[in-house]
Amino acid sequence: MDANNPSPSSLVGTVAAERAHAVDFLARRDRFRVAEALPWLLAMAAYFVFPNQMILGGQTLIMILFALSLDLILGFAGIVTLGHAAYFGVGAYGAALLITDLGWSEPISGLVCGAVLAAIAGFLSGWLLLRYRGLALLVLTLSTTIMLQQLGNLFRDFTGGYDGIPGINIAPLFGLFDYDLYGHTYYLYSLGVLLIALYAVRRIVYSPFGQALVGLRENVARMHALGSPVHWRLVIAYTISAGLAGVAGALFAQTNTLVTLGVFDFDQSAAVLMMLILGGAGWLYGAFVGAVLYMVLQNELAKISPAFWQFGIGLLLIAVVLLSRHGVFGRLANVGRLSPWGARP
Amino acid sequence: MTAPALEIRNLQKSFGAIQVANDINLALPRGARHALIGPNGAGKTTLVNLITGRIRASAGKVLLDGEEITSLSQAGRTRRGIARTFQVNQLFRNLSVVENVYLAIAERTGACNRLWRSAGSEAAVIEEALDHLQSLELLADACRPVRELPYGRQRLVEIAIALAQRPKLLLLDEPAAGVPSSENHLILDVISRLDPNITILIIEHDMDVVFRFASRITVLVAGAVLTEGTPDEIAADERVRSVYLGERREARRD
Repeated sequence: MDANNPSPSSLVGTVAAERAHAVDFLARRDRFRVAEALPWLLAMAAYFVFPNQMILGGQTLIMILFALSLDLILGFAGIVTLGHAAYFGVGAYGAALLITDLGWSEPISGLVCGAVLAAIAGFLSGWLLLRYRGLALLVLTLSTTIMLQQLGNLFRDFTGGYDGIPGINIAPLFGLFDYDLYGHTYYLYSLGVLLIALYAVRRIVYSPFGQALVGLRENVARMHALGSPVHWRLVIAYTISAGLAGVAGALFAQTNTLVTLGVFDFDQSAAVLMMLILGGAGWLYGAFVGAVLYMVLQNELAKISPAFWQFGIGLLLIAVVLLSRHGVFGRLANVGRLSPWGARP
Repeated sequence: MTAPALEIRNLQKSFGAIQVANDINLALPRGARHALIGPNGAGKTTLVNLITGRIRASAGKVLLDGEEITSLSQAGRTRRGIARTFQVNQLFRNLSVVENVYLAIAERTGACNRLWRSAGSEAAVIEEALDHLQSLELLADACRPVRELPYGRQRLVEIAIALAQRPKLLLLDEPAAGVPSSENHLILDVISRLDPNITILIIEHDMDVVFRFASRITVLVAGAVLTEGTPDEIAADERVRSVYLGERREARRD
């Protein structure tokens, strides 16, 4: 038989195989992979290997959660913001005031309170600001956060101003587990919350909605031409992201037992952005790598030079950005396409 | 008598003092194969943008199946059945071919409103996407990122996306632009095989394509309709010749 004219039956076979391959390709994207257990195993290993570092460990987990919330909008939907600390701050104050003003100290409801308040703030500001993109959006998100901070300063009686709200003491977790001075319970508590958050973000980014967010990141003009309700898609993603940042803030307030207006500082917004870029935006686990690198490096460099630790962070960030457009994790995942995590969604 | 699939009445658009669409009238019956030609800068793409709502008209009306859509947003017009391809590819370059088409279908059907379900389990969307890829012979490249495809095949993805929107009216903005002549036939085959129920307005520079494909031609010059007619009428029109010959003479001088 002529090789250039395959029989109809073999053609049908090829088509069926190609279709099956594509169906499998799409179904495989979000299948759990063994390697995804690695970060959680490492986190548990850290719990046993560094029992004296659990305060730092807990703070790192909170920053991972914060960076993960930013990844949803920056890494997947392509929204560039310099004001994500706003929602971290609203969540922190929500959880703090629930205890100090309302006397309700159950921790999980504190997280829900922080998340809901931050999500409301995210929805309102997102609805107003997400009509803009690029530089305008950077300035708008930045100034919104500054305004929130100054609003907190204005209502000092309520927020405690820059002195903050001390004495945020939450009740034992599930009424069972009390907190020790070394942060062991806080660490496991934060790790549990992070696990749930990752599961939620993971489901969202691999959903049809998540696919639309990636479409917005890749080509807004085309999404408009497809009839996508672009603004609403962005607002919904922004609201979810703000809610998650609020959970991170609430965890921070609960484990730190003190919240000040410093949570709204520009430094906070910049740090979480740096963590995400360092680790790799749009990879889910980039937030993990970036936050761990940043927090550990900050801790070690500050021991060497308390005044100039940021120099080292800056240097690392420059090196990473120059060497890999997708951050440390993206670099690892791209090497020879050996990534156990597969392709970037 | 049924209303035209697309009707444009006295359409105007100006950017400041520059008139880019000057009192344009056009009517396409259902299933029309209508070509829009004219020298560079005549406002052909602007007209497509005005029809899709990507830019808003200063005055005049756009009607789809007799219903006015002038005040609708781009998304609203898309839902009414207008789809387009772009002169320069507007694709999701880092996504696979099948994901590109998937998005077009998922946005049309509202699947994109679901945020707790795996995209890979939307069987109906996936099957439809694969049907489109199969009919354009893109199945073999379904899982490759669009950016890795040769340009001619990327142009096919551009068409596949527009078809996945199930348009009543399809606007093709130079579908073969930038495609090497060796791959040109791929695009032309696809265009000539399109569903006869879809009304098509095509912008094209290649006169062979225009005369082969279109049953009517509108010539646009400096934002205004110079003339409209059958291919034979247009070919015989002295004014059209002078516009093109004039341009060709200028081109030779470069």
